[in-house]
Amino acid sequence: MKDTGRQYRETMLGPYRVLDLTDEKGLICGKTLADLGADVIQIEPPGGSSARDLGPFYRDIPSAEESLYWFAYNANKRSITLNLETVDGQEMFKKLVAEADFVIESFPPGHLDSLGIGYPALSQINPRVILTSITTFGQTGPYRDCKTCDLVSMALSGYVFLTGDPDRPPVRIGFPQAYLHAGMAAAAGTMVAHYHRQLTGEGQRVDVSILEACAWIPTDSAIYWEMNQVLEERHGGARVRPTTGARMKRIWQCQDGYVSFDMYGARLARNFMTPLVAWMAEEGAAPDFLKEIDWNTFDYFVAPPELVEKVAEPIAQFFAGRTREELLWGGVARRCCIYPVATPGGVAMSRQLEERGFWVDVEHDWLGARIKYPGSCIRASETVSPSARRAPRVGEHNVEVYGELGLSRKELVTLKRRGVI
Amino acid sequence: MEKRKQALQGLKVADFSWLIAGPLVAKFLGDHGAEVIHIESGTKTDNLRNTLPMKDNVPGINRSAAFARYNSSKYGVSLNLGHPKGVEIAREIVAWADVVLENFSSGTMERMGLGYEELRKVNPDIIMVSLPMFGHSGPLAKHPGLGSQLADLIGFGNLTGWPDRPPVSPPGAYTDFISPYYAISALMVALDYRHRTGKGQYIEVSQYEAGVHFVAPLVMDWFVHGRESPRTGNRCPGVAPHGVYRCRGHERWCAIAAFTEEEWRNLCCAMEMPDLAYDPRFITVIARLHNQEELEALIEKWTMEHSPEEVMTLLQKAGVAAGTVCNGRDQNEDPHLNARGFYRELEHSEIGRHRYLMPPFRLSKTPGEPSMPAPCLGQHNEYVYRQILGMSDEEFVRLLNEGVFD
Repeated sequence: MKDTGRQYRETMLGPYRVLDLTDEKGLICGKTLADLGADVIQIEPPGGSSARDLGPFYRDIPSAEESLYWFAYNANKRSITLNLETVDGQEMFKKLVAEADFVIESFPPGHLDSLGIGYPALSQINPRVILTSITTFGQTGPYRDCKTCDLVSMALSGYVFLTGDPDRPPVRIGFPQAYLHAGMAAAAGTMVAHYHRQLTGEGQRVDVSILEACAWIPTDSAIYWEMNQVLEERHGGARVRPTTGARMKRIWQCQDGYVSFDMYGARLARNFMTPLVAWMAEEGAAPDFLKEIDWNTFDYFVAPPELVEKVAEPIAQFFAGRTREELLWGGVARRCCIYPVATPGGVAMSRQLEERGFWVDVEHDWLGARIKYPGSCIRASETVSPSARRAPRVGEHNVEVYGELGLSRKELVTLKRRGVI
Repeated sequence: MEKRKQALQGLKVADFSWLIAGPLVAKFLGDHGAEVIHIESGTKTDNLRNTLPMKDNVPGINRSAAFARYNSSKYGVSLNLGHPKGVEIAREIVAWADVVLENFSSGTMERMGLGYEELRKVNPDIIMVSLPMFGHSGPLAKHPGLGSQLADLIGFGNLTGWPDRPPVSPPGAYTDFISPYYAISALMVALDYRHRTGKGQYIEVSQYEAGVHFVAPLVMDWFVHGRESPRTGNRCPGVAPHGVYRCRGHERWCAIAAFTEEEWRNLCCAMEMPDLAYDPRFITVIARLHNQEELEALIEKWTMEHSPEEVMTLLQKAGVAAGTVCNGRDQNEDPHLNARGFYRELEHSEIGRHRYLMPPFRLSKTPGEPSMPAPCLGQHNEYVYRQILGMSDEEFVRLLNEGVFD
């Protein structure tokens, strides 16, 4: 814990400093700690992080300073450049570690050790430091040195197998998710280690495996096999009851896209089918057989597939004639869950997010534009979120941060020439 | 000082949560040594207790592996919160606790007389963490919701599937695996804040907003350009090949991606088609993106002669990212997860010996591990009510007979 003389903010993590060495595998971890108020310094190789190459880009200009991906996961951080492959760089890094509370990294296992700045070295400099490593498969195990990417991690986790239409190959979620899960698991683990340090003064290492973070996501395929030696399959936008083979739709076409409505059984059927059928009846869209079903006892576990199909037909017709917004708000008025299958534009226009002031306009001077950033999803009664700062440009805070270390501008120029910063 | 074995040893948690997101938070805390009391209604039971799979396919309130997955390392009590004495006892548990956790629809805890303002009268420096679906304000605040559908509202559904087909919803309760990490981070930080200032607080994590962070660049893209993201199957902008390929056997698949020129050449060598790397149709990434269908067909011709495990081994040896598309059996048998002790077996009184998952963060000095199997309904009533709350025998029996523990 360090007193930098910076103005003390009543944010939750205000007094703490994080050195963030991660690339896209871990950016969201430091970003979340920054949103909680920590002073997070993103340490990039000279020229900038590889994550700056990820799109989408502002006005489709593929440059390191215009990646919306970078913006999203680096808000509220500061950035310095530092070449850890050089002795000068390693020495400066050690100086920073002496005054830091956390280090987060996502290099391949053993890389920091090979540079002489692994946990043993860092804990000698600062016994309280917590070093969090986010790696493809973790620090140990037979796949330790294997390569991965979003698709491969999600495939190995078991989630891809369950996703997609049964007559096509299984698919991943169409925007990379694996590293985000790992990064957030790392944030949680880092803070658990911090709690322990508060009580004992003891630092430690946190080992996060991207595969293990992803292995949590498939809810029941592994336990179906373990309990019943049954293999779960993929059913596209539907659920299939193993007991009857009945196919219950989850995704329905509506007038301007799709909505999500679950044909659940038992208690949830009572909760959601009763108000839906009442609404359909109000509008003359519920056939008699549908009105006569007692949803308190209706059970999809035992309902024959033909009946499930028959129930689905008038629902499909009802949805097809209405828009996503009509169905959402009509459902809200009746406590019935019909959600839009939202596109990014639908999320952007969400009244819920709008009313809660979730999106924050942030000035980008060099682009001459204000860009909307997502705000924090954590609200606390005693503490504030730091006011939103845009993601930093490459090395934007070199002078500020290295100045704090006591380096003069002249020395910085030398280090720049030598490729250290 | 006695050596602490787990990071959260001594932390006391009153867990009122149900389904997945809330219980998962408390499980991770319990696995790391916190003392967790999981409070359930004995009559309006957690839906997961009725969720398949059940041990040997025999239904039973204590036989669901779906419930067990999120509830290791907890004491379980049943408590009737519809009964005034039930609410009183809940407040006693809160007085004992450092942390209260819940994930009901917004307003439910208040209706039961267990809102934050009430609870801080009982325990002034309590930290209360809520994971409401949408947050406590806004037009959707009171709307019920489930993680499976929330994934569609956030946009995961529309992004997933094929461009020529309707979207497919991500299966399971996808967003339930996002918000717990935010809740744990915020809780730990609030404990640190209390350590420094003596003040407890109320923390709200909107599951909707947490999920939006996982698609944020695409929404920002819409704000800037008004552009909607199309579904792309398994393709990835600027990368080819990048896909899932059919392998030998029924429903066997392997994921393969080559990001760099070197990886592409290595892939061709591993497939024993080194010339393919220099074929004009595939020599540059631009060419490969243009001729993706042809490329995918060629790769699949090779993968279909091998099992996914062979493909993965051959390609990883060549330095190419590849992995089996694991089914439920593969997940259980995964050599890497098993070698790392990701699965821990515990003896459950009705399910028998079965597996619990490690939290996805390992701490070197305080590693964490599932310490107790998921509780049967009301399994620890006697321990919690008599040992922890100090209830007398007579009172315990009286309350039992009055239906307070139902």
